[in-house]
Amino acid sequence: MGDDTNHTDSSPGDPAGPVLFYNPTVIDHFMNPRNVGELAESDMNGFGLVGDPACGDQMKLWIAVRAGRIARIAFKSFGCPGAIATSSMLTDLADGRTIEEARRITDDDVVEALGGIPERKKHCSLLGVKALQAAIGDWERRQGATDGNP
Amino acid sequence: MIYLDHNSTTPLHPRALEAMMPFLGERWGNPSSPHRFGSEARTAVERARERIADCVGGKPSEIVFCSSGTESDNLALRGVARALRSRGNHLVTSSIEHHAVLNTCKALEGEGVRVTYLPVNREGIVDVTALVASLCAETILVSIMHANNETGVVQPVEDIAAIAREHGVVFHTDAVQSAGKLPRRLSDLGADLVTFSAHKLYGPKGMAALYVREGTPIAAATTGGAHEHGLRAGTENVAGIVGFAEAMLLVLAEAEAEGRRLRTLRERLEGQVRALLPSVKVNGSAATRVPNTSNMTFPGVDGESIILGLDVHGICVSTGSACSTGDPEPSHVLRAMHLTPREAQGSIRLSLGRETCEQDIDTVVQVLVNTVTRLRRISSVEGEVE
Repeated sequence: MGDDTNHTDSSPGDPAGPVLFYNPTVIDHFMNPRNVGELAESDMNGFGLVGDPACGDQMKLWIAVRAGRIARIAFKSFGCPGAIATSSMLTDLADGRTIEEARRITDDDVVEALGGIPERKKHCSLLGVKALQAAIGDWERRQGATDGNP
Repeated sequence: MIYLDHNSTTPLHPRALEAMMPFLGERWGNPSSPHRFGSEARTAVERARERIADCVGGKPSEIVFCSSGTESDNLALRGVARALRSRGNHLVTSSIEHHAVLNTCKALEGEGVRVTYLPVNREGIVDVTALVASLCAETILVSIMHANNETGVVQPVEDIAAIAREHGVVFHTDAVQSAGKLPRRLSDLGADLVTFSAHKLYGPKGMAALYVREGTPIAAATTGGAHEHGLRAGTENVAGIVGFAEAMLLVLAEAEAEGRRLRTLRERLEGQVRALLPSVKVNGSAATRVPNTSNMTFPGVDGESIILGLDVHGICVSTGSACSTGDPEPSHVLRAMHLTPREAQGSIRLSLGRETCEQDIDTVVQVLVNTVTRLRRISSVEGEVE
C-alpha cells in the first residue's frame, strides 16, 4: 500500500510477505505480458509444458524455428505475478535468437533483465527457462523425425 | 485506495484515537505506581476494563489484557494445558484455526500433549459429531474459533460449548473475527475462554484480551509481576487499553445496523461477480458468515496475481491470512474444505468495513472482473474460460 518503489531489491533480507514487492519492470511484464498466446500446430515446430510442483504454477510455451532461429514464440502461464512476469521476459529474451543462444538463457538472465525479483519468487524464473528447454528439445525431436537422422 | 482487507486490520476509529491521546501525552504514568500520577493511569485502565466487561457480558475480573490475539490464544492454550497437566494431556481443535492456535497446538504436541484436529465440511463448518467422538477422559481443552478469518464462516460454538460443559472440558474460542462484527455479547457464546483483538474492531494494534470465565483453571503463560490477575505480567498498555474500550463500545453500538449494511454490500458484490463470471465459487456461502467477508475462487487463475492486478489499481484485498502471505502453500482452510490445491491457489478474500460504500463495490467488481478475464487469457490451465 505504500510507495511501491521501495521494494525493488531482491536481497535475501526480503520480508516474509507479501506479494507486492515487485519493481516497475516486473509489474509491467505482469500487466502487459509479451508474446502471450498459442501458436497453431501448423505455425510452430516446438512445444514445452512444465509445472512447478513447489507452488502449482504451470507454463506452456510454443516456438517456431526458422533457419535455426526462433522466429516466433508464445506462452501461456498459470501462476503468481512472478511466474507471469518471468515467463514474459523469457520470451522477450529468446525471441529472434538462434537455438544455441536461446539454449544458453538462464534463470539468472531472466531475473537480471527484470531488474530483480523477490528472493522467494526466484524459483518462478526457472519455469520459463525449463519450458523453453522443453520446447527446444521438442523441436530437436521433430527435426530428427523429419530428417530421419536424430 | 479502496481497502477491502478489514479481516487483516481496520483503521483506528477517530474517537478511539482521541481517547488514547492523553495517555500517549501528558498522562504517561505507570498504573502500578504507588502515587497519584500512577493512580490516574490505573483509574483509566480499570474504567476501560469495566467498559469492555460490559460489552462482553462479564465481570472486570474476567478480562485479561494482552498484546495480540496471538498472545491471547497462547495464554488460553498454554495456560490451560499447564494448569490441568495432572488431569490430562489431550486437546481438541479444528483444522481451520488461525496459525496462532494451530502452531501453538503443534508446539504443545512437542511437549507431549496429544492434539485432535477436527475436520470441516465443504462449507467450512466444524464436524460436531467428530468432536463428540474425539473426547476422552484425557481431554482437558477444546479450542474452536468463532468466525473463520478466511471465509467468515461462523462455527456452532454454542453447541460446542454445551458439549464441552457436559463433558467437563474447558472450552476456548478465538472470536477475533466475530467480535464487533456480530451484535453479540461474547460471554453468551458459552465458552470459558474467549480471545478478541482491538485492531480488528477499529481499535489500536498491539492490544487484545482474553475473557476468562470465573473459575476456569488457567496458569500464567508469562511470569513477572502480578498484573492482569496474575495471568499476564507486564506494564499495561494504558493508551491501547483505553482505545480498545472506546472502539469496542462504538462498534458494538452500531453492529446491528452496520451488519445489515455490510450484508447488503456483500450481496451486491457477490451477485455482480457471479453474473459476470459464472464459474466463480463463493466459499462457505451456504453457511452462516460474518456479514463483511467474502472468499471467492476463480478457477484457472492464481490468487496472488489477482491481488497484484487489483493493487495496481489501488484496491487492497488478500488471499487469506495476512500472516501466511508469501507462503507458497495454498490455504489450509480452503484445503480443509476439500478445495483442490489449484482451487485454493485461485482464491481471494474480500473483507468489507465501516468506510466501504456502494461505489467502492461497483469499482471493485469492474476491476476484479477485468483482472480475472485478463489472467484467464494468459492462463495455461484449460477449460475455465467463459
